[in-house]
Amino acid sequence: MTPSLTEISRKGLWQNNPALVQLLGLCPLLAVSNTTVNALGLGIATIFVLTCSNFLISLLKQLVLPGIRLPVFVLIIACLTTCVELLMQALAYSLYQTLGIFLPLIVTNCIILGRAEGFASRHHPLLAIWDGLMMGLGFSIILLLLGMLRELLGTGGLFANMDLLFSGISPSEIIIFNAKNPFLLAILPPGAFLALGLMLALKNLIDEKIANKKIPETSPLTPGSKRVRITGKV
Amino acid sequence: MFKIVRQHAVRLGIFTLATVFLVVLVEKATFKQRAMQRAAIERAQLATVLPPTTHDNDLLADSFVLDPSTYIQMELLGLKASRMAYRAKLDNKVSAVILPLVSHAGYGGEIEQLIGISDNGEITGIRVIRHQETPGLGDKIDSRLSDWIYSFDGRSLNNTKKSLWAVKKDGGDFDQFVGATITPRAVTASVYNSLEFFNLNKSTLLELATSDTKAINQGIYHDSKPN
Repeated sequence: MTPSLTEISRKGLWQNNPALVQLLGLCPLLAVSNTTVNALGLGIATIFVLTCSNFLISLLKQLVLPGIRLPVFVLIIACLTTCVELLMQALAYSLYQTLGIFLPLIVTNCIILGRAEGFASRHHPLLAIWDGLMMGLGFSIILLLLGMLRELLGTGGLFANMDLLFSGISPSEIIIFNAKNPFLLAILPPGAFLALGLMLALKNLIDEKIANKKIPETSPLTPGSKRVRITGKV
Repeated sequence: MFKIVRQHAVRLGIFTLATVFLVVLVEKATFKQRAMQRAAIERAQLATVLPPTTHDNDLLADSFVLDPSTYIQMELLGLKASRMAYRAKLDNKVSAVILPLVSHAGYGGEIEQLIGISDNGEITGIRVIRHQETPGLGDKIDSRLSDWIYSFDGRSLNNTKKSLWAVKKDGGDFDQFVGATITPRAVTASVYNSLEFFNLNKSTLLELATSDTKAINQGIYHDSKPN
């Protein structure tokens, strides 16, 4: 049973979104989403690790004995994460500093091990790459939205310090409103929980709307229709 | 049974070797680039506390280790481990030093700072490198959020007497922030202590010593912590 590409994308981005439905990887999701640049940086790193680990694990699935499956997966994921860490030090050192411990902690992100075990070890490498991309994208989009929402509410601006990630561009923060007394709650950890809660609610609301549309309207009962007795003696 | 265990061990060993090999490969390939990036960031950071016009040497090349055996009263700087400091030279004379500085009296843990002191004991600049003070209240010690930290520029133990090294609330010369007195109090006290340290060790610090060349390859920000 091989799922189609559109099915994988739909699952990763919406139906089975790692952040909104599976609620995996909450630790980085809540901790790093305080600014857009942090969210984008970690998002890209996660997509990279997830896609590569899915590909490698799917490629090597014949070689991995069932008994040592998990240690091997963790080895591969840890190796890729270390590589990302080194690459980020070489290409965006200041971003590496601001992400701090959350970059090496990608190893413990359940999404990655979950996809390795649940998808990559059972499907064709190309499908696994697509699944990694879509799942990573689904996670990163939510991470980015949270980051933008919190930065906007908490500081009144957007895209501050983007030069941390793209060293070429000039710092171009967009000031939406001037916050003399910024809405601190949004930047502090409780703000992350509240914002994620609101996003979950919104997703469920949209899902409900879609589900309601799909159900064909049942014809209303006509007066005087037969009633059926279902309890007691007839 | 034994056969399965051996099979597993061999496979696991092969995978371990392969992944280690990959990491070493990437490590070697990015080594130069990483060192360059780190040096660039450090140079930029050092330039914020000491204007580049005040020296003609490469600060990273003239770094040295601050260790308790050479310097007295190291505890004034609040450092827990030996750290790197930098000598600025102009015309073969030490014109200023840059010292690392940690305050433990902050509201949210350690406040790491970098201070530049010229040879006459005047502060050339201070920057807070890492802190965990309350966002919106205590974080105004960050130069990106407020100009407060610049109020130390040009100060020395000669032009500001001891009783004035405090926040205004305590009768001193430096502003506190609305809703946060602990943070500026902590920074002010640690800055005063670092000037005391400078005075006590002046002759050693301003000596034209041969620099510890090992220092070039080490950063002062090795111990990255989450913030």
